[in-house]
Amino acid sequence: MASRAQKLTALVAILLALLLPGAPSAQNRTDGPAPRRIVSLVPSITEMLFAIGAGPQVVAVSSYDEFPPEVKALPKVGALLDPDTERILTLRPDLIAVYGSQSELEKQLERAHLRTFSYRHGGIATTLDTIRDIGVASGHRREADDLVSSLQGRLDAVRERVKVRPRPRVLLVFERQPGTLRELYASGGVGFLHEMLEMAGGTNVFADVARESVQPSLETLLARAPDVILEVRASGLIEKARSDEPDVWSTLSSIPAVKNRRVHLLKGDYLVVPGPRLAMATEAFAHALHPEAFK
Amino acid sequence: MTTLDSAETDGTPLPRRASHSSIRGRLTATILVFGTLALATCVLAPILGTTPISLRRAFDPSIPFEQNVDAQIFFVARLPRVLAGALVGSALAAAGVVFQAMLRNPLATPFTLGVSAGASLGAMLVIVLGGALTFGPLSTVPAASLAGAAAATAVVYWLATRHGHAISTSVLLLAGVTLNSFLSAIIMFVQYLADFAQVYRAARWIMGDLDIGGYDTLIASLPLVLVAFVLFALLPSSLNLLSVGKDAAAARGVDVSQAQRLAFFSASLATAAAVSLAGPIGFVGIVVPHLVRLMVGVDHRIVLPASALFGAAFLVACDLVARTILAPVEIPVGIVTAMIGGPFFLWLLVHKS
Repeated sequence: MASRAQKLTALVAILLALLLPGAPSAQNRTDGPAPRRIVSLVPSITEMLFAIGAGPQVVAVSSYDEFPPEVKALPKVGALLDPDTERILTLRPDLIAVYGSQSELEKQLERAHLRTFSYRHGGIATTLDTIRDIGVASGHRREADDLVSSLQGRLDAVRERVKVRPRPRVLLVFERQPGTLRELYASGGVGFLHEMLEMAGGTNVFADVARESVQPSLETLLARAPDVILEVRASGLIEKARSDEPDVWSTLSSIPAVKNRRVHLLKGDYLVVPGPRLAMATEAFAHALHPEAFK
Repeated sequence: MTTLDSAETDGTPLPRRASHSSIRGRLTATILVFGTLALATCVLAPILGTTPISLRRAFDPSIPFEQNVDAQIFFVARLPRVLAGALVGSALAAAGVVFQAMLRNPLATPFTLGVSAGASLGAMLVIVLGGALTFGPLSTVPAASLAGAAAATAVVYWLATRHGHAISTSVLLLAGVTLNSFLSAIIMFVQYLADFAQVYRAARWIMGDLDIGGYDTLIASLPLVLVAFVLFALLPSSLNLLSVGKDAAAARGVDVSQAQRLAFFSASLATAAAVSLAGPIGFVGIVVPHLVRLMVGVDHRIVLPASALFGAAFLVACDLVARTILAPVEIPVGIVTAMIGGPFFLWLLVHKS
């Protein structure tokens, strides 16, 4: 079941990121006594907490949390749509990370005089800002700042490496029906997937669409004629159905990416969680787009 | 039958038995008019789209197909879509006519008796249980939805014929509506257990989609639709009588239970084929029959072929809007059928009465 669970985490992360409106968090930067019992209902925040050394303070996570492996031993207290308020309260937390749309839960927790950390997915900058904010909120300001500068360093290194390379036009697919091209969702011109793609030296063929996800028709795919197709898979379904995959795209053989065999499948939930692993994801994109730059 | 019709037919005994030659003349005229409309839509639709293409290039055999973008847009992206739209539109519209007449209910749709809920549950299970069930290059979603539709049809039929030989239309209707709600509850349960991405894909499937990207699924559902249409061709006279009432029909020498069975299975077959191909696209099956009746009257010998042709034109036109109006983003075609069909129907209703 590990792969299914992993898939869950990753897919939830993508969908959270792509379907919910993003906005940078406000009023999260409150320096107070460091919390000792943190509940995180957002997988990417959980990742951030563990990455800045606040892992030992985390007492419970969302039912979608799978990374880092330490969270598997922690109690699960619901998720975006079904937070278990009662269990959260019985855990006596002193900081609860919630998603920005969970305003009802936030109000309830405030009535119980509990501190919340509200967050919404955004682009790379939002992710880095959130790492700093959660660092302050959890009493790990220095580690958070270090993490952000190391991530920034890695991102800059990628950008530097691909700077002189010609930028291929890229279609980034993150969801579709296995075995067909139906119900296909691609990254639009907003959000962390789009930003990682551009940073990795690609030009998003849907950069002009001011949305995080696009559901294009086959005609649009043919017309946009991407040089490279990146299929991002958080493991699971598609991976199993891999044997029939090449045929799926071959119906659109006039697309340069298909003609030149530049349809890349990237697997792993790290690709779709806007957290501390986004530098790794950006590097993976860059490797796929510019293999010659990394020889 | 329909409210409009039952208002009329309740007062007057029957759509008057027109003489043979006059009905033939009207049928020819109707098929000519609606056929031309359907044909024109199907010829025009693949030429239109968000990307300007050169037809000369698309049909130029000297350019290899692999490199011919225009040809691929025409033959891979647009033509299968248009053909699927025509097939699904005409199947749903004709099935709507048959169900409305047979159940003597103007609100009946091809989805009233649980066929589409069965199909949706089948599709949902494959989407959620997923990859383990895919075999070969074909996705199992259409096959599973077809199986679901067949199962739902069988259950409803079994319930409606439980007491006696003939179908009880009231039991059929009640059983169908109840099965619909029951299956919808199971669908919700399955969706609740699924993860976000699956829920999203399932929701998208339920909105209906004609972008089938090839001819395989089209060819797979074609025989089913053809069989249904052959059966439809046998129905119109008995539908005219059935829509007035069982007794009246029996008095005029109609084998009521056989006619009902034929109507039920042919319409269910057409619906199942349409839904497995494109998902449950709403509104076509209820609006088109009513629209057509407002235009040509209530005689099923005219209404049925006219609805089949008009349904094809209507859905192909709606899909053209769906794929162009917000490009590069696409609107689910089911939303367009409702948005265009609803107001247009109300307008016609007000102007005709």
